[in-house]
Amino acid sequence: MIALIDYGGGNLRSVENALARLGATCTIASAPEDLAHAQAIIFPGVGAAAPAMASLRERGLDQAVIAAIRNGIPFLGICLGMQLLFDWSAEDGAACLGIFPGTVELMKTPEKLPHVGWNTIERVRPHPVLEGMEGEAFYFVHSYVVVPRYPPVAAAETAHGVPFVSAIARQGLVGVQFHPERSGAAGLRLLENFLRFADAEAAA
Amino acid sequence: MLLKRIIPCLDTAGGRVVKGTHFQQLRDQGDPVALARKYSEDGADELTFLDIGATPEGRATLVGLVERTAHEVFIPLTVGGGIHDVDEIRTLLRAGADKVSIQTAAVQRPELITEGARAFGSQCIVVAIDAKRVSKGRWMVFTHGGRKPAELDAVDWAIEAQRRGAGEILLTSIDADGTRAGYDLELTRAVVDAVQIPVIASGGAGHPKDLVAVLTEGKADAALAASIFHSGAFPIPETKAYLADHGIRVRL
Repeated sequence: MIALIDYGGGNLRSVENALARLGATCTIASAPEDLAHAQAIIFPGVGAAAPAMASLRERGLDQAVIAAIRNGIPFLGICLGMQLLFDWSAEDGAACLGIFPGTVELMKTPEKLPHVGWNTIERVRPHPVLEGMEGEAFYFVHSYVVVPRYPPVAAAETAHGVPFVSAIARQGLVGVQFHPERSGAAGLRLLENFLRFADAEAAA
Repeated sequence: MLLKRIIPCLDTAGGRVVKGTHFQQLRDQGDPVALARKYSEDGADELTFLDIGATPEGRATLVGLVERTAHEVFIPLTVGGGIHDVDEIRTLLRAGADKVSIQTAAVQRPELITEGARAFGSQCIVVAIDAKRVSKGRWMVFTHGGRKPAELDAVDWAIEAQRRGAGEILLTSIDADGTRAGYDLELTRAVVDAVQIPVIASGGAGHPKDLVAVLTEGKADAALAASIFHSGAFPIPETKAYLADHGIRVRL
């Protein structure tokens, strides 16, 4: 069973619909116990950092997410759901989950912000979830980017005037800045990779 | 580098795709969900539903339509037509729309842009501007499907919409719309140069070369078109291949 983290603000519907298309059932996790038996977790994200963190804490989900990741449950963070895994966000000056050392910063680019639309991911590091994704285009909507303290965490880069980290990966933990649930066939393929990866981990 | 977006627009009324002239003699063109799915499979980068019926009964039908589309189509969906308040925006976003397009109501009550952006984020709020040329280098805003002048300069209104929290501008040239003689490049460029947010150009596409012109000379971030796709004259794969051959970076 895939758990979708619900912190009140984000629109879970599109991720739920995409998973349904792939034949996966999911539960909406709005309390810590909802994560207890999850085979894999998806942390979707739309919204701003501070209210999202406040809502996670209020529901006790912050500690539950940290515990699940520590236990090696396959985890996919999308957009804000990836950004919140870092120490701190310059968006509202919010303290985040601190799973990855590093910060979330406003993109320093001569190009337009927000970065809205389709862009390609490059320099993709090998990871089962990102397999076959080199050069693929995905849909982005954001102004802030993650700045990992340890660069090897970066699993893909995208250019918008300047290069930025568009995916991160460490063992079973993957984060993407773009929205696979809104990225057509390539996005569905990435989600399918994640489901297959979670199955393989469960069987191991 | 961001790719240029190609956005088919589906006019809907009573839950069906319709085509008419000046909102008259609407002809049924089929099921929006089926057409949306086809365009998505063909490589459309986003979809826009414009509800031209926009009656109270039609609104419930539209919400159902958005829900059904969201189950089957996994690219961004913008929905517009007669949206007046934050509750309507919320209902459509919950149903599965990624963005809403507001036009007449934004002119009548510009606070709606700010309220929508505060509640859901600027990325959800597209301000649609219908503009008509009044003299050289000057365009005025019209509302109510292009029938009513709004006493607003189109470029000034785009700047104001951005200041109030719009995430994108959907810019339609009333003069070019329906002519298939090409977009109003001068209007598009004037608005693109005045704002920092993305501008989607609309009105006048009759051939892929018109899209090339508005995405280069017109400097638009995205091109919206209806009849060139609906008529089957230039399917999306051919159109995008044409754009790529002319040096425009698109998702293929």
